Amino acid sequence: MKTFVVAAAIAALAVPAVAQEFDGQLKARQGQFRILAINLGILGDMAKGETEYDAEAAQASADSIHAVSMINQGPLWPEGSSEADLDGTRAKVEIWENFDDFASKWSDLSAPATNLQEVAATGQEALGPALGQLGNACSACHDEYRASAN
Amino acid sequence: MLRKALAPLAILLLIAGGALWLTQPATVDAAEYDDLTGDPERGETVFIAAGCASCHYAPGAEDEARLILSGGQSFETEFGTFRAPNISPSPEAGIGNWMLAEFASAVTLGTAPDGSHYYPAFPYTAYTRLAPQDVADLWTHMQTLPASDAASEPHDLRFPYSIRASLGGWKALYLSDDWVMQDPEDETLERGRQLVEALAHCGECHTPRDALGGLDTSRWLSGAPNPSGDGQIPGISPSELDWSETDIAYYLETGFTPDYDSVGGHMVPVVNNFAQLPESDRQAVAAYLKALPAN
Repeated sequence: MKTFVVAAAIAALAVPAVAQEFDGQLKARQGQFRILAINLGILGDMAKGETEYDAEAAQASADSIHAVSMINQGPLWPEGSSEADLDGTRAKVEIWENFDDFASKWSDLSAPATNLQEVAATGQEALGPALGQLGNACSACHDEYRASAN
Repeated sequence: MLRKALAPLAILLLIAGGALWLTQPATVDAAEYDDLTGDPERGETVFIAAGCASCHYAPGAEDEARLILSGGQSFETEFGTFRAPNISPSPEAGIGNWMLAEFASAVTLGTAPDGSHYYPAFPYTAYTRLAPQDVADLWTHMQTLPASDAASEPHDLRFPYSIRASLGGWKALYLSDDWVMQDPEDETLERGRQLVEALAHCGECHTPRDALGGLDTSRWLSGAPNPSGDGQIPGISPSELDWSETDIAYYLETGFTPDYDSVGGHMVPVVNNFAQLPESDRQAVAAYLKALPAN
């Protein structure tokens, strides 16, 4: 009986992996964007004055954002994992047509992320401009390589 | 008999001639501009808020090169392809040898120094609400920018849109310096109105157009099909957008939406411009949008 339950559980777990290729890669790349968004939310709420500025928390968020910017993207974007190939992704096929440019746009995150890390603990008023620079780097890539949501 | 047959023709010719005369390109009253002295620093704010560079820098230009207004960017529309001209201070290739009043006629009335109509891809229908002093300040600032000798490229439009004289009738219908928001309650709303309705020309994309391509101001900022054909431009009036004023001002500074997604498409240059303006301006835009009637 026990064996049967375990086997059924494993079978149930295995189903999504069979249903779609590159499931792990999709989860990994979307997870890193989620980590960015959560930390941008913490910093953004402080910049807006919706939560009280907390230098330590701001630094921790900036450190996390910087850490994500250091993740090597190559293994997360295998050929055949675009929106044309798979459900649940907005990655445009152009990524693989211009992979060097795509990779360099990711590297462009590094400078504003480093700057954010340097200024995050210096005061609430430093956050807005630093986040603006980071937002530019996000937009530069989304603009060319992410399909619209609708 | 012949006279009788010719009478309707004569009437037609009179009407056509009258229509062309009524719709001939208008120019500003030069006397209004004679005594104005532009302030280049104020002009820089006008320049950034009006987003001049966003359309007139060379395709692919980055950073400082975006101040070289050589033109050349293409804009695909259902009427054909528009190409932004050289508006750098070069006397030959740009607008360096214009007079202030000629510049004012171009920016606020869509009339070129040679007396022809500009197409409203150039958002003079919004800039027409600018005060002469704003135009003088802008002119003074633009003369401090680097010159480019790149020749302007022609538009590539489908018939009948290729006939410039037809724009006279279009302007008679749609070129108005009336504000959409009447009687703003305070200075913040007045500044917000100037930014949204005149300088940043938000209505050009966020307001739907009627069959002849004029803005339907009864549906002001309620969203519209994307002129480049890809999806929908979102509405930003209170019934369409539930962001708080803080959210809107923060978005215009950083490009992050309330759920921390990042700005895309043609809003990227708009946010780049707004990020360079004072915080009070971003808040004025937010206050204006929230003060619009829900429709």
